[in-house]
Amino acid sequence: MADDIATSHPSRVVALAEAATDARALLSVRDLTVEFQTGQGRFEAVHRVGFDVAKGQVLGVVGESGSGKSVTALALMRLLPDHAARISGGRIVFDGSDIVPMREAEMCRIRGRRIGMIFQDPTTSLNPIFTIGHQLREGLRVHLGLGRAAANRRAEELLNLVRLPSARAALDKYPHELSGGMRQRVMIAMALACEPQLLIADEPTTALDVTTQAQILELLRDLQQQMGMAIMLITHDLGVVAEFADAVQVMYAGRIVERAPVSRLFANPAHPYTQGLLYSMPALEEEDPPVLPAIPGMVASPFAMPMGCPFHPRCALASDVCRAAVPPLNPIAHAHSAACWHVDAMMAA
Amino acid sequence: MLAYAARRLMLLPISLFLVALVTFVVLRLTGNPVDIFLDVTSTPEQVAALTEKLHLDEPIPIQFLIFLRDLAQGDFGVSLQFNEPALSTVFQRLGGTLQLAGTGLLIAIVVGVILGLVCAVWRDRFADLAISSVAVAGQSMPSFWLGILLIQLFALKLGWLPTSGAGGWRHMILPAVTLATFLLPNIILITRASVLEMSGEQFVIAARAKGLSRLRVLLTHVLPVSLNPLLSFLGIQIGTLMGGSIITETIFAWPGVGRLMLTSISNRDVPVVEAGVLVIAVGIVLTNLAVDLLQMLIDPRIRRH
Ligand SMILES: Nc1ncnc2c1ncn2[C@@H]1O[C@H](COP(=O)(O)OP(=O)(O)O)[C@@H](O)[C@H]1O
Ligand code: SF4
Ligand SMILES: [Mg+2]
Repeated sequence: MADDIATSHPSRVVALAEAATDARALLSVRDLTVEFQTGQGRFEAVHRVGFDVAKGQVLGVVGESGSGKSVTALALMRLLPDHAARISGGRIVFDGSDIVPMREAEMCRIRGRRIGMIFQDPTTSLNPIFTIGHQLREGLRVHLGLGRAAANRRAEELLNLVRLPSARAALDKYPHELSGGMRQRVMIAMALACEPQLLIADEPTTALDVTTQAQILELLRDLQQQMGMAIMLITHDLGVVAEFADAVQVMYAGRIVERAPVSRLFANPAHPYTQGLLYSMPALEEEDPPVLPAIPGMVASPFAMPMGCPFHPRCALASDVCRAAVPPLNPIAHAHSAACWHVDAMMAA
Repeated sequence: MLAYAARRLMLLPISLFLVALVTFVVLRLTGNPVDIFLDVTSTPEQVAALTEKLHLDEPIPIQFLIFLRDLAQGDFGVSLQFNEPALSTVFQRLGGTLQLAGTGLLIAIVVGVILGLVCAVWRDRFADLAISSVAVAGQSMPSFWLGILLIQLFALKLGWLPTSGAGGWRHMILPAVTLATFLLPNIILITRASVLEMSGEQFVIAARAKGLSRLRVLLTHVLPVSLNPLLSFLGIQIGTLMGGSIITETIFAWPGVGRLMLTSISNRDVPVVEAGVLVIAVGIVLTNLAVDLLQMLIDPRIRRH
């Protein structure tokens, strides 16, 4: 396996030490690998991904479409599509217990109660035939055993919490009677209903218009400060990360290629892919939504993963070693890691 | 929604008018009922009297107007076979048909939805392959044939159930099961397809992300949204159910409108056929209205003002 090169690298000890999970972290993921079995064949959408989220921390996850962000998130919830995908390796330690081997019944007590999740498209995330109130009450009744009246009161509180105008009336509305932004507020209310320790937000603003995006992010930030939950914020919007996250990790082709505290990543991006993202990013003050800028070339197809560094076909610095072996994710500074053979050369430059 | 129902009901007379027109034309143009009703020994006076009674001497358009006038009063004339008002002849058998069709439909829906769910949950596994392939085969198998097999097995061979006629619930079993098989294969396949389609929707993942169990999401989220395609199908297939009723009632000598229609057609009992066709037409229109209202009840997006 190309990854074995890691053992010959100077930072070998660190790499091995990292394989142990962090007991202090709320979420500690190690070597997470997700395998898909589709009509066209078998591939790994996520390959040996490891990261930690501390209590109350906001972790940004960025990367082009198809880099494995959503699959990672669904794996954390154990909600990968049954037939097509499975966690083929690794550990996901949440609050002290590994959820990979957990039974479904146990997972049901974690989902929605201790880990909440919101999705990219608020239009399709609500069941069109039930009222907002009904869908909010479901989780409250299952997890907290609230009666109908109590659940209803709590549902109204939650809608007020996410600043939905005329919350009481909204309880009896159907999803199609609300705007996209309103629906995303409802989704946030649903995800936070049981005050989870971790919120996974998978591109929560991507489907919304710019003004609404800003409002939803502000809401999320306020709620995070108020309730203190950790957030794993998936986005392909670097501007969002800059404003909101404590740390950020960059994913490429199912792997984490760089991880750093936000200020450090923006000041000193180490991986050529991250640099590409940052240099072509519009200034934050600009009116346009800062979406991920185009980097020449295409994301590697999961079926035709290049040998060596997955980024080498698009990388200006690619050399023979890049084409031969996959670079491991190694520490390059305090709390800063990157998976690139030529980091040292670049940091020096 | 009530206003919508009222509007739809106001269209009912128009549908009925069209049905009446077609019935009238078909029945008057295919032969003279007098020839069949009266035997060869009848006198010309008798023929003339009956012809006048049925208004068969009037020009066709006048006959139609008379027909419409009588229709408006619920008067279809007197049955040539039973010598009583045609409409009450039909109504007497309506209960039997509704009982049979209702039971058959209920069996088809309950069994079909359960089997469809089983197929969807265990997609491409043994249960799905077995049920789906039987259902596909069943789509092309004539159901009356199954009825005859059922009679042979349970009535003639085992002697568990009566072969025919009406009576207690035991008389109901074979005909209701036979009638159910007219719709069952399609209900299974539609439920399967529709549940599979809805299972892929984002809100299913979102519901599970709330911590609802797989089974709970299947029954309280996926199944309800999957019902509308099934209801649409049932609305379209109500005619199949009627046709199935005629065949089933005939096989099992079940005293219903279907069998009455069949004997009335072969006896050219024009008043009963006309009354029967219109009653069936009202039934079809009302069933479709019920389907539409149910769909609106299920899915708020199709509720109009
Ligand atoms: N249900 C699925 N079936 C097959 N492949 C999938 C499925 N979901 C995701 N993938 C593949 O997994 C890879 C990662 O996808 P994803 O995690 O959705 O990317 P993103 O970073 O845009 O969220 C992609 O190559 C995608 O095509
Ligand atoms: S390892 Fe080589 S190809 Fe990959 S990013 Fe670094 S320099 Fe580019
Ligand atoms: Mg995604």
